[in-house]
Amino acid sequence: MQMPVPDATVLARKALIVDRLLAILPADAVVHDEAETRAYECDALTAYRCPPLAAVLPRSTAEVSAVLKLCHAMGVPVVPRGSGTSLAGGALPTADCVILGVARMNNVLETDYENRFIKVQSGRTNLSVTGAVEADGFFYAPDPSSQLACAIAGNIAMNSGGAHCLKYGVTTNNLLGVTLVLMDGTVVEVGGAHMDAPGLDLLGVICGSEGQLGVVTEATLRILPKPEGARPVLIGFDSNEVAGTCVADIIKAGILPVAIEFMDRPCIRATEDFAHAGYPDCEALLIVEVEGSPAEIDEQLALIKTIATRHNPVELRESKSEEESKKIWLGRKSAFGAMGQINDYMCLDGTIPITALPYVLRRIGEMSKEFGLDVGNVFHAGDGNMHPLILYDANKPGDLELCEAFGAEILKLCVEVGGCLTGEHGVGIEKRDLMSVQFTDADMEAQCRVKDVFDPAWLLNAAKVFPLHITASRRAA
Amino acid sequence: MAIAAKTEAELADAVRGSNGPMRIVGGGTRSIGHVGPAEVLETSGLSGVTLYEPGALTLVAGAGTPLAEVEALLASEGQRLPFEVPDMRGLLGGTGASTLGGVVAANASGPRRVQVGACRDSLIGVRFIDGTGTVIKNGGRVMKNVTGYDLVKLMAGSHGTLGVLTEISFKLLPVPAAAMTLILNGLDDFRAVAAMSAALASPFEVSGAAHWPGSGTFFRIEGFAASVAYRAGQLADLLADFGPMTREDDTANRWANIRDVSLFHGRNGDVWRVSVKPSDAPVIAARSGAEAVAYDWGGGLIWMLMAPGSDLRAGLGPFSGHATRVRSGPADGIAAFQPEAPALSTLTKALRAKFDPRGILNPGLM
Repeated sequence: MQMPVPDATVLARKALIVDRLLAILPADAVVHDEAETRAYECDALTAYRCPPLAAVLPRSTAEVSAVLKLCHAMGVPVVPRGSGTSLAGGALPTADCVILGVARMNNVLETDYENRFIKVQSGRTNLSVTGAVEADGFFYAPDPSSQLACAIAGNIAMNSGGAHCLKYGVTTNNLLGVTLVLMDGTVVEVGGAHMDAPGLDLLGVICGSEGQLGVVTEATLRILPKPEGARPVLIGFDSNEVAGTCVADIIKAGILPVAIEFMDRPCIRATEDFAHAGYPDCEALLIVEVEGSPAEIDEQLALIKTIATRHNPVELRESKSEEESKKIWLGRKSAFGAMGQINDYMCLDGTIPITALPYVLRRIGEMSKEFGLDVGNVFHAGDGNMHPLILYDANKPGDLELCEAFGAEILKLCVEVGGCLTGEHGVGIEKRDLMSVQFTDADMEAQCRVKDVFDPAWLLNAAKVFPLHITASRRAA
Repeated sequence: MAIAAKTEAELADAVRGSNGPMRIVGGGTRSIGHVGPAEVLETSGLSGVTLYEPGALTLVAGAGTPLAEVEALLASEGQRLPFEVPDMRGLLGGTGASTLGGVVAANASGPRRVQVGACRDSLIGVRFIDGTGTVIKNGGRVMKNVTGYDLVKLMAGSHGTLGVLTEISFKLLPVPAAAMTLILNGLDDFRAVAAMSAALASPFEVSGAAHWPGSGTFFRIEGFAASVAYRAGQLADLLADFGPMTREDDTANRWANIRDVSLFHGRNGDVWRVSVKPSDAPVIAARSGAEAVAYDWGGGLIWMLMAPGSDLRAGLGPFSGHATRVRSGPADGIAAFQPEAPALSTLTKALRAKFDPRGILNPGLM
């Protein structure tokens, strides 16, 4: 992974830059000691590391604005950071950058049940947003699997999803407004407690812009009433094809489960060894969860079972209790941990049209043999968002590169069948150089124009998302 | 003379070759504001569904495809566009056939907005031609996609000012087996909004909450039959303090009327659409001086019928939200769209200049 050569003039001015930062922030909000900046050298894409020039941890929108204004004036690149859980390298520093972490800004500013929103500072973690409202019967819907740790700021930057998107949508569908600080320090209020934009939908393009357009310091989020209850059914099949057809049939029947999760044999086997969830020994497994009152759940699960039975499942296990539900989810939720026990792994995130599922899984199986690396597939089947986990050995020279090459081939396959490179993790640096597979230069140029407007000097998280050759002249200007 | 292209390439040529200004027209049923004298660019030639996969809940079609054709196709598979597209002909007096491109350009969203989001939330992909005549695609045909910036959302509701839409992808939803409307009578606007807020904060999945002063406060529940009956009962219990609820089974008509604001059909005057925080709505309505109001989206959307030429924004003063004048007489200096705060306006103007450097696309709008 190539990153631009750090700006020597910035590196040479480190002492001056740190002094200026210390003049506008309390001493405990500026991290500049080389041993301490190392804490910010990577995010959850740990294969890539680079300590930043410095890191700042402001406590208010005013402080964020002051930092950005200063960095803008001094020509210092800035990389925004939420909790550093990006799997795509979204918060990976460059040696010449200041990391702007929002973790200390984690307060709830307003809860309004009458109008069903919560306003928070963006460093608040995803799960603690729900935590602030659940006693009153509400929740915040997007639920990325890192939700215990990940910050709303990062969720907005990456337009994060989760397992329950089929019914509730992703971050962009649950975001009502933001306070955004532009690179030059300008503070902009976009959206609010009302439901639509007066002019252009700037909120829509800010969400998912990977921290390249501005730093979000506050967010107004839609909260929803908690459903009366939820229960899953586990269905095992002896072929991926049949499991895929069953998913399509459930959707065509007019049922809208909150989640349809899919695991293939390698993944089932690994999680079974690890978590002992009692999963059946089969080729493909679905976990389908529905919501509502007990009677509504019964009705929907009965329908799902009728449909599944037509496809001769090898196992059909309906949860009858909270405990059984937990057990069904246990394996799925420990899938990544289980794979991690076996090996180092790389988690991909492409999306495909559901109809292409059997073909894609077959091709991945073939490629697995060609590359000599094992793959397990976990998958949000309802929306086509795949998470192939490629196993490799980080200590074996060349294995990471082989794994990345294999990953790239899988993502190209996703695009080829009508899907995309990333469904919920973001492009970051990880998929940056594959963007040309999905987009023409004109498509990317149109996106870059948006950045030209928000960050004309290309100082914010600039070496991400777009292939370097596309942005070179802009970053150099 | 109107330009009527048959293909995306022809349309791109037309934009590239034009010195503008151009007024972009789909079915001409949702025009708001005044573009001024301009060459008309018709998109209705780009018609036809190119992909429909019921099992994947996705549809791709040309921007000129008539909405009615799409709705009929989806209905044949028991599916629909989730966001309940309003038919604005009764309000705005158009006679054409609404197209998908127009729906997206106006981000046209009906009562189900409160449950499933707006048009922009169901929009998963676009192709469009920018003001230089360049074809650009963004998003795609899958419902979970964070690859690159989300220009899809930016195009929704941009009223043709950033580009001419040529192809649209939507995610869909199944049509539920049953639906029911519950009605509360005799509530004033404050009580009505309180009742709607309570309903929308309940777990009973209300898919519509509207209030027509003097006519009633309406709640819609959709789903499997037994589930609808159960939730209707629960909702009536929850809202018992607001009075007895009556039930109405012909929900289709009721919600088409709410969606299309039929309350104002046949009445003269300007029509305003005001987007606010629901609990602010009754105060705003009371201060507006409107001749008639209708609330949708649980109070988050207020339709107002005003005397011709009245400046609602001047009358209200600063408020949290925005007001659009969707119907008016000849240009009278009152902007159709809410003027934006300076910092936002700077960004908007710069974006328009980037996507349409010559300023030829719908120049007078937004």
